[in-house]
Amino acid sequence: MTVLQVSALAIVALCGTAIVLNPSPLRQTLLMAILGFALTALFFAFQAPDVALSELVVSGIALPLIVLSALRRLADQNPEGRGKESSGAQAEPPTQGKH
Amino acid sequence: MSARGRTLLFLVSGTGLLTVLLIGLHGLPAFGDFHGVLSHAITTRELEARHATDYVTALNFDLRAFDTVGEEAILFAAVTGVVMLMRNMREEDHSERRRRADRHRFQGASEALRVQALLMVALLVAFGIYLDLHGALTPGGGFQAGIVLAAGPAVVMLAGRYLTLKRIAPDWMIEVLESSGAAGLVLIGVGGLVFGGIFLHNFLPYGTPDELLSAGTMPMVSVAVGLEVTGALLLIFSEFLDQSLLSSTRESGEQ
Repeated sequence: MTVLQVSALAIVALCGTAIVLNPSPLRQTLLMAILGFALTALFFAFQAPDVALSELVVSGIALPLIVLSALRRLADQNPEGRGKESSGAQAEPPTQGKH
Repeated sequence: MSARGRTLLFLVSGTGLLTVLLIGLHGLPAFGDFHGVLSHAITTRELEARHATDYVTALNFDLRAFDTVGEEAILFAAVTGVVMLMRNMREEDHSERRRRADRHRFQGASEALRVQALLMVALLVAFGIYLDLHGALTPGGGFQAGIVLAAGPAVVMLAGRYLTLKRIAPDWMIEVLESSGAAGLVLIGVGGLVFGGIFLHNFLPYGTPDELLSAGTMPMVSVAVGLEVTGALLLIFSEFLDQSLLSSTRESGEQ
């Protein structure tokens, strides 16, 4: 295990922990894109360039597109009474039940 | 359970899991110390005989191409499900909202973002086509190229208005793109059946290694897979975007 591999593993662990500890879904999405970058570096350090490329495009392009569109849709369903400080994506349970 | 109780439970079980994991990982061979017989036989004989230089893509598109056909069918079915659900969820009289959504200028987009998005479009399309055509030669292949190519029109949406995205990538074109990719893959398999007696048999001449037209049907499969993944991701993205833009005037709870 070279220094590069160990440091890539450590950065991935840090990013994963940061995602879990963050309350806002919007920030979590951005952190997931950063985790995708860290995982790409990790896979590249472990000599798997195909997997690294797949991880880069999925976590950097496909996942943020879908998750951000879904967050925007859920945020628009919030009643206007909710404060601007809302964490972005929690729809009310009664609304959720009507789907 | 209170938060403290949850944290305590996690600490206890996490320590147990870490101990078991370390004990289990202790006896594994070192990284790179691999003695698989089948993989050595495949990489030193079969894949080299097919004049492909990217073994991962060659496995995906030639030796295990049947798995790729299954994966593309899964993607196709998933996108069909998404499209059916999302289009059913749109309301009947959405014409006025649709016009409002079409005029939606991406608010909050600074000039820097728009200029950078314009630059990125050319880079993404060029890189996507490069990845697609060099599927059997360099790391990459159809799937990665498909997603990179799908990011091109999405970045156009970042650079301008939503209507521009709909004009350069209208719904019917994305659907044709995805269907032709999926059908192309199956047709290549049928070609293998016709010319070689086996579904997905590599029936084209292998050529010289490291050229664009080498390794038989692998570049064609790569292009077909790239087309389908591009169409699938663009379809998903435009459906999600339609939902998020059309719902900006909808009251909560009304479906």
